[in-house]
Formats: sequence, C-alpha cells, structure tokens
Amino acid sequence: MDSLPFVDVMASSTSHVGKSDMKSFEYTFQAEITNVYPLTATEKLYQIQLIDPAERQRFTFKPGQFVMLELPGIGEAPFSISSSPIRHGDLELCIRGVGNMTNFLAKVPRGTKVGISGPFGTSFPVGKMYAQDIMLIAGGLGLVPLRAPIAAVLENRSRYGNIDIVYGARNPAELLFTYQYDMWRQFDIDLSIIVDQGDDAWDGPVGLITSILAQRIAAARDMKKNTYAIVCGPPVMFKFVCDMLMKAELPMQKIFVSLERRMHCGRGKCCRCNIGSTYTCLEGPVFDYWTVMNLKEAI
Amino acid sequence: MIFRVFAKEELENLYDILAVNHMVGAVSKGIGTSGPLFDFDFIYDFKDLRLDFSTTIHSLKRFLLPPVETLSTFEMQKETWQKHVDYNLSKPIVYFGLHTCDINALNKLDKVLWGSVYPDPFYAAKRKNMFIIGSNCMPQPFCFCKSMGTDTALHGFDMFLTDIGDSYFVEIESARAFDCISKLKNREPDVDDHNLFMQVTEAKTKQFSCHVDTTDLTKILDMEFQSEAWKGWGEKCLSCGTCANVCPTCYCYGVTENVDLDLQKAQKIKQLYSCNLIDFAQVSGGHNFRPESHSRIKYRYYHKHRGFVEAFEESLCVGCGRCGVSCLADITVPEVIASVRGKEGHNG
Repeated sequence: MDSLPFVDVMASSTSHVGKSDMKSFEYTFQAEITNVYPLTATEKLYQIQLIDPAERQRFTFKPGQFVMLELPGIGEAPFSISSSPIRHGDLELCIRGVGNMTNFLAKVPRGTKVGISGPFGTSFPVGKMYAQDIMLIAGGLGLVPLRAPIAAVLENRSRYGNIDIVYGARNPAELLFTYQYDMWRQFDIDLSIIVDQGDDAWDGPVGLITSILAQRIAAARDMKKNTYAIVCGPPVMFKFVCDMLMKAELPMQKIFVSLERRMHCGRGKCCRCNIGSTYTCLEGPVFDYWTVMNLKEAI
Repeated sequence: MIFRVFAKEELENLYDILAVNHMVGAVSKGIGTSGPLFDFDFIYDFKDLRLDFSTTIHSLKRFLLPPVETLSTFEMQKETWQKHVDYNLSKPIVYFGLHTCDINALNKLDKVLWGSVYPDPFYAAKRKNMFIIGSNCMPQPFCFCKSMGTDTALHGFDMFLTDIGDSYFVEIESARAFDCISKLKNREPDVDDHNLFMQVTEAKTKQFSCHVDTTDLTKILDMEFQSEAWKGWGEKCLSCGTCANVCPTCYCYGVTENVDLDLQKAQKIKQLYSCNLIDFAQVSGGHNFRPESHSRIKYRYYHKHRGFVEAFEESLCVGCGRCGVSCLADITVPEVIASVRGKEGHNG
C-alpha cells in the first residue's frame, strides 16, 4: 500500500465539524488599549477596542459573559466584560493587578496591542427581567461583572421596575466606579453601599453586606413574584446572601450568581474551571441558584 | 462489519504493506518488579513489534495529546504583533495493536475534544490521521474494563485482530483497512472461525478478576460527597499527578506564554496538567478552591465517574488500571470506588 492519505482537518469535508469552528479555536482578535483609568490603588479600568472595524461591529456579547485577554508572551486570562453590550467591540475591562499578567498590564502604555478572544460563557437574562424589580448584590470586585447588566438595564430603564444595587466593599478606598454613582441614582436606582471599615470621610453605613441587604429586602415590593436577584462577590459572601434571598421567598431560578474559577482555555477543554465536573466556562460563569445548589463545592 | 481470517505468517506482510508510514506499536521496555514492561513507541523493525503485550505503561496520549505542545507563536513587531497558529499536523501514523481500552479512550476523548462546542483542531488533526489496528488481549489482574463496558471496541478502529490459534480473525471497519487485507492471503471466516472467536471472548470474560460496581455510581458519589473515605484517600495521596500522566483519558492542561530572549518571538504553550497538583484550581489573589489533597482526589473521581457520565452518558474511565499500577501510594480505582460505596477492599 502507498502511504496513507494525509487528511488536513481544515480542508477535510468529511468532518462533521465545520471548518470555521476549528479555525475559531485559537483565533484572537487584535485589540488596542485605548484608555486606562485608575479606579483604586490596585484596580484599573481598561478601554479596549478591537482594531478591525468590521470585527468590532460583529463582536456581540451578552451582559455577564467574559473574554480571554491575551498579552503575547506574558499570558492569557479570563475577564468579565463590564461595558454595555450595545458598544460591541468597544470593551471595558476592570482589572486588579494581582498576578504576573495583570501586574504587567498595569504598566503597559496606552496603544498597546493585546489579543481578545471570546465572548465566552452564559449571561444574565436581562431580557427576561422586563417589568420586574432587580436586586443586584455585589461584594468587592463582584461589581465588575455586574456593571454590564447594570448598563444594559439603564439603557432600557423604563422597561424595568425598581432597581436596587447593594454593594459592599472592605473600605471606602476600595469602592469601584465611584464616579458613576450619581448617574446611577439619576436613573432612579436605589444604590446602597456598605463598607467593612469606614474612614474619616465616610458617613455611610459600616458592617456586613447582609445587614444592608436585610433592609432592602424589607423595603422590596414583592420578593416572591416580581423580583430577580443577581449576585457576585467573594466565595464567602454567596452563601449568606443567597440564604437570605431564599428566606425572603425569592424563587431560586430567579437568583443568578456569577462564579469565578481559574481558566486556561475558556472553551471547555482545559478542565481548570470545573466545579465538581461542570465547566464554568461553558455552563457558567452565570448560573441560577438551583444549578449552584446542585453543584458540589460551588459556593 | 466485514470479517476476514488470515494466517499468522501473513502478519509480517501486513506490517510491510503499512511500513511506508510512521508506525507506532507496543515494544518491550525490559523487566519490571511485577513482570515484563511494555510501552508504545515508534517501530522501525517488525521484530520489535509485540502483539502479546500486557497493558503498556503509558497510554497513546504522547502521540495525540503531547505533554507539551505549542498552540501558537507570536512575531513581535515594533508596535504590534502577529499571531501564527500551526495545528502541528504531522504525517499519518499507523497504530499497530491497540487494546480495546485504548481504542475506547480515543472514542471518549473524541466526544469532549472534537464533538462538543469549540472543537480542538490540534487534537482533530492528529485523530484524523490515524490508522488503527486493534488487537485482543487477556485481562491483567488490575484490569476492570469489563465493569466500565470497554472490554470490546465497537468502532474507532480500522481493523481489529483477534488471535484464534494459528490465524487472526479480522474485523474490518474502513475501506483503507479492506484494501490492506485484500493484499494478504485471506479467506472468509467459516463457522469454525466464528466459534473460535466466540471462545476467545468467552475466555477473556472469564479471566476478569477485578471488578468495579458502577450501579448508580453518579448518585452514590453525590450522596457520599462528605464521606470520610475521601479523607483517608487524601491522606494517602501524594498529589504527584502520576495517575493523570498515565491515564489514557486525562486531558486537563495549563497554558503558559514565553518570550524569546531577543524579544522578537513569543510562544503560547499548552502543557498537560493534573487535577491532583496543588495549584490546579488556585486563582489569582491566592484563593484555592481545592486546597486539600482529599478534595482534589475526590474531584478526579467526580470528573471521571460522574461529570462525564452526566454530559455524555458514559464514564470517562476505561478501566485500564494504569493509574493503580503506577500510583506511588497504591491507590487503585476499584478500592476507592468500593470504599465510597462503604465496602471494604474489593473483590480483586
């Protein structure tokens, strides 16, 4: 027999998998850091724009999804998109300098070319929440993935009922997006902020997020029928907050959480993000609370 | 399926027909503490090829999912960079004499790496360029493929050889394989050959000494999530990752990026990983979702015996027993599953 015929997967028509699916696996959009705003001592907001105008327009995502940001030669990591979906490939990512790659990112100048792949994962179903009240509960960096649904809701503000943002941070210096609070309030959003430890200038409440959440639940119109909740925060926060929401008789399929895990591919291959054995990158990062209860060791 | 029979002397001719290609098969790797050792390697001489081998030390993973693989390279320019992706396509490889566990392992990997969302072209390219000749085997004391339903291969090979005394009974699955067999002196099997074939499978089934009870295993794993048994295994486990190294279906990996010293080029490199290594689920900022050894070994069993079952209706474990053989702490799958079911030891 002659040598076996060589099959090029990209040219092969016998494969049940489309060529474009295969090509997308390692495809990276070239993007440029157009602006960097320092938010706190460690967090910065990066405005990142896909360079190709056609790609930028075609890039669509839903609030809650994430992208893989790649710095060639430095690393690749997943980040929640915290800008509005109507801005397509004009992304805003809020990133804390905490590891190799994010600390490098904190030093790069404007105009640096980075790679973006995605968007990946599930999203908050803001379309289903029309005419309902929404309670967004964020702890610390948890506000970052919530900024996309907040933006999406603000763009259609009249379609939604009462909107509550309950936000807890360690101290006033770590509060994110402080420049937007007035704007949010102008859009008739009830924004309650609590810090673990106040400073001299702080005149708001001090304590745990659950204390202020209890007040907001008591003031809510009707938790049972008309409310959706969106929760994101450190692992320890989820359990207490979700228990409180459950006690307030909020149905568990109307509670959405966004979970964080280590990820190396974003495409359901590397297994690093598995919770029990569910891929956070495919079936998450946004889960409803019923799914989370079913996942062992999720929160 | 089409069946043929050819005499054992013809095997060398089959080898010669295919020898123009790269050929991988089991070769002897000396004698270990518990008997002769075998491993898959490139074959350059028919005399090196073994079909009478017991389970190889490593699986085929070295050829399909290389331990280290370059996913892409970057060419750094003044202000920007260019990304180049090469799917590392190599020449087609003939795999000679795979056992059913190895063939089934490939079928299972196909489901997640090729058949699900985001198909992996690096895997698909190598998988598409395989020519697989399976061969039957007799179970070793540590084999429990019968329990995992992988003691036969229904598909996923080009031809499958079963030793029926002085000839081979061949199952032919592809046109390419049919062409090869046509060039040998072969004949249609008769009733005697059928009987011989059935006797061989019966003898194989009888020889299994190691079993795993998989009834309701997904539920039991959930029920016994807090079981003390896991803590015991966690204390034994060294978190070395040897099991993932030899496992034919472990595909977890990590990605790192390197820059050349002259800053002109960079590479994105995929390295196979193991869920038993301590930083497997550690995120930036230092939080580790699975800091204890027992939670990591538990997760490993969860993925193999529960998560994959939920996603694809079958277990990811093929029952080859390699992890148990190479485990430095003597942790074996049958014992772990039995202990989680509340049974002491196993019937092996």
